[in-house]
Amino acid sequence: MAKIITKELIAPAVYEMVVDAPLVAHKCQPGQFVIVRTDEFSERVPLTIADFNRGTGCITLIIQAVGNTTRHLCESFNVGDDILDVVGPLGRPSEMGKFGTVVVVGGGIGVAPVYPIARAYHELGNKVISIIGARDKDLIIWQEKMAVISDEVIITTDNGSAGRKGFVTDPLREMLEAGEKIDLVLAIGPVIMMKNVAAVTKPFGVKTTASLNTIMVDGTGMCGGCRVMVGGENKFACVDGPEFDAHQVDFANLVMRQQMYKNQESLEYSCGGHCKCVEE
Amino acid sequence: MRGGMRNPMPEQPANVRNKNFEEVALGYTKEMAVDEAQRCLNCPKPRCVGSCPVNIEIPKFIHEVAQENFAEAYKILKRKSALPAVCGRVCPQENQCEGKCILGIKGEPVAIGRLERFVADYAREHGYDNEAEAPAERKDKKVAIVGSGPSGLTCAGDLAKMGYDVTMYEALHAAGGVLMYGIPQFRLPKEIVQHEISGLKKLGVNIVVNAVIGRTFTIKELMEEEGFSAVYVGTGAGLPHFMHIDGENLNGVYSANEFLTRVNLMKAYQFPNVATPVYVGKSAAIVGAGNVAMDAARTAKRLGAEHVYIVYRRSEEEMPARKEEIGHAKEEGIELRLLNNPTAIIGNEKGWVSGLQCVKMELGEADASGRRSPVAIAGSEYVLDVDMVVMAIGQGPNPLIKDTTPDLEVNKRGNIVADEFGATSIPGVFAGGDIVTGAATVISAMGAGKKAAAAIDEYLQGK
Repeated sequence: MAKIITKELIAPAVYEMVVDAPLVAHKCQPGQFVIVRTDEFSERVPLTIADFNRGTGCITLIIQAVGNTTRHLCESFNVGDDILDVVGPLGRPSEMGKFGTVVVVGGGIGVAPVYPIARAYHELGNKVISIIGARDKDLIIWQEKMAVISDEVIITTDNGSAGRKGFVTDPLREMLEAGEKIDLVLAIGPVIMMKNVAAVTKPFGVKTTASLNTIMVDGTGMCGGCRVMVGGENKFACVDGPEFDAHQVDFANLVMRQQMYKNQESLEYSCGGHCKCVEE
Repeated sequence: MRGGMRNPMPEQPANVRNKNFEEVALGYTKEMAVDEAQRCLNCPKPRCVGSCPVNIEIPKFIHEVAQENFAEAYKILKRKSALPAVCGRVCPQENQCEGKCILGIKGEPVAIGRLERFVADYAREHGYDNEAEAPAERKDKKVAIVGSGPSGLTCAGDLAKMGYDVTMYEALHAAGGVLMYGIPQFRLPKEIVQHEISGLKKLGVNIVVNAVIGRTFTIKELMEEEGFSAVYVGTGAGLPHFMHIDGENLNGVYSANEFLTRVNLMKAYQFPNVATPVYVGKSAAIVGAGNVAMDAARTAKRLGAEHVYIVYRRSEEEMPARKEEIGHAKEEGIELRLLNNPTAIIGNEKGWVSGLQCVKMELGEADASGRRSPVAIAGSEYVLDVDMVVMAIGQGPNPLIKDTTPDLEVNKRGNIVADEFGATSIPGVFAGGDIVTGAATVISAMGAGKKAAAAIDEYLQGK
């Protein structure tokens, strides 16, 4: 049982929940995730840990109400209610170190999992440039939190309602073309966005990491539902990832696999197909 | 009696049961059980006992059944087995106790498994199972059990009976391991598994679900920070194998683990009344021929697949599944495609399975295992028309504990190295079941848990 301490609507259909999960908060590292089960009829849904506080024993989850279970969690659960199961931390923590200049790219609610990783980069003395993108200004989340831990924040929206009009890949490409020294790029967001980021950085040989949000059941390596081709090898996102070398990931296969239950459910984490970045 | 034949097990008719998830075998009536028990010769040197991995006093319990002393029979079972209702259903008795029964030489062996099941079910139905036993003297030492499958449950039960303070950690949201996620409802009802586990709780075992050892706590943290004097690792064979052929990442391809976990643990057969979906094709190919493959095939059939094929590269004789399960599968309409080896999974333009390319095989010379090894027949490739493929070719050890416990010795395959009593390379850390042996049976994992419990007791007494 994990009690909901706070719940806030931070963008259309996007909720921020602080949840009492001391065993997770005690151990989790940036880049890891939890699996949540709302009640006995629920799916097991992977959600990234967007923030954590070892002192209070709480973790922060950002939930987009797109699938059956996330909708149920967002619509029927309120402050003081217990989420039946929160298990974690799962997955390998992000690789940490002093790399130099790091560009972090967050698309839609992908900003949430980016945040703790970017904060850790920042604390280790890296220069952090954050690119945050969304379809519309209303869908930009955590801009202020990102500003605190970034040396520079660039906003892009598809419709130009905030920041510059265009996609997250536009400023990234410009930086690379201008010869700016970038040591690492981290991209988290819709699969197509991560694919496009990887395509932009590849010709420049800049190390690029993507955190994959695949279909999962157990999250501990047991089912293989999260398998993804990386460098020609099958990897399990739950135990080998969720972060992988974005230049090695077979994104086309990942996009296809995300359609497995299209008829039965919407997929967690993704922009639900509404995001215009798909068209790029 | 009956010309040396055993009492047959009442079952749901095949063409009824292959459309529902109710239990296939209905269990003996009291009259059948007593009659069957009377067949036992009560051998002075019973061969059955020695071939039971947990050494149940088989003639003794059967003698009590014959006398209609069912409560006494139950007590005898429980002395050695924490999970009689489970073992009576899923043990491969034909290779163990029943395989050694003297009656089997001329006729059929005593139906020991069916009697075990009867006694456990009768006790549960009459409410005298799980009665609190006289508590052993409490010992002031804590033992952690990692994994709540058959091995962990047995080890936990034995240690609790000895008076230890036992905590069992489970990564999933329900205790039981493979008994919950792997073996289907129609072969092992989950309510029965949970009932047996509730017996352990009454013994004082503290069960912590949603705790992934290696992540939530490491083994080292359990011993150094959480105050456990010993740890038993029974994490099973949880990592699914794939064939590494083209097309395995197409939609419509499952590992048996994922398919069965969705249906059993997550109850996807009740979708949309539960939220977890499962995909089932019109025609399904199950690759492999073990018990897991039979379970996957029979599950796919129940979920509405019109054709379900078992695709196996050897012949029926070499199929590793229990004969009984193969028989059940055939009765339910599962089609065997033997001496067929998959070479690729074919997909359509949308990324879904549209066929399984196979090559026909013939049996050649005997290999190291003594089985005639299959050899591909040149030019015999064809495409089996399926829109679903389940890979049921075995499981390996989950790497989580190995990766987070640097001093723990593992072999090339990643299995933990342990001696016959479960001791590993780290003092105080014991291991047993599939994580040590590779994928095997419920009862052999229980046997390992039992031996390790005794070894842990000895280790802690010596400290």
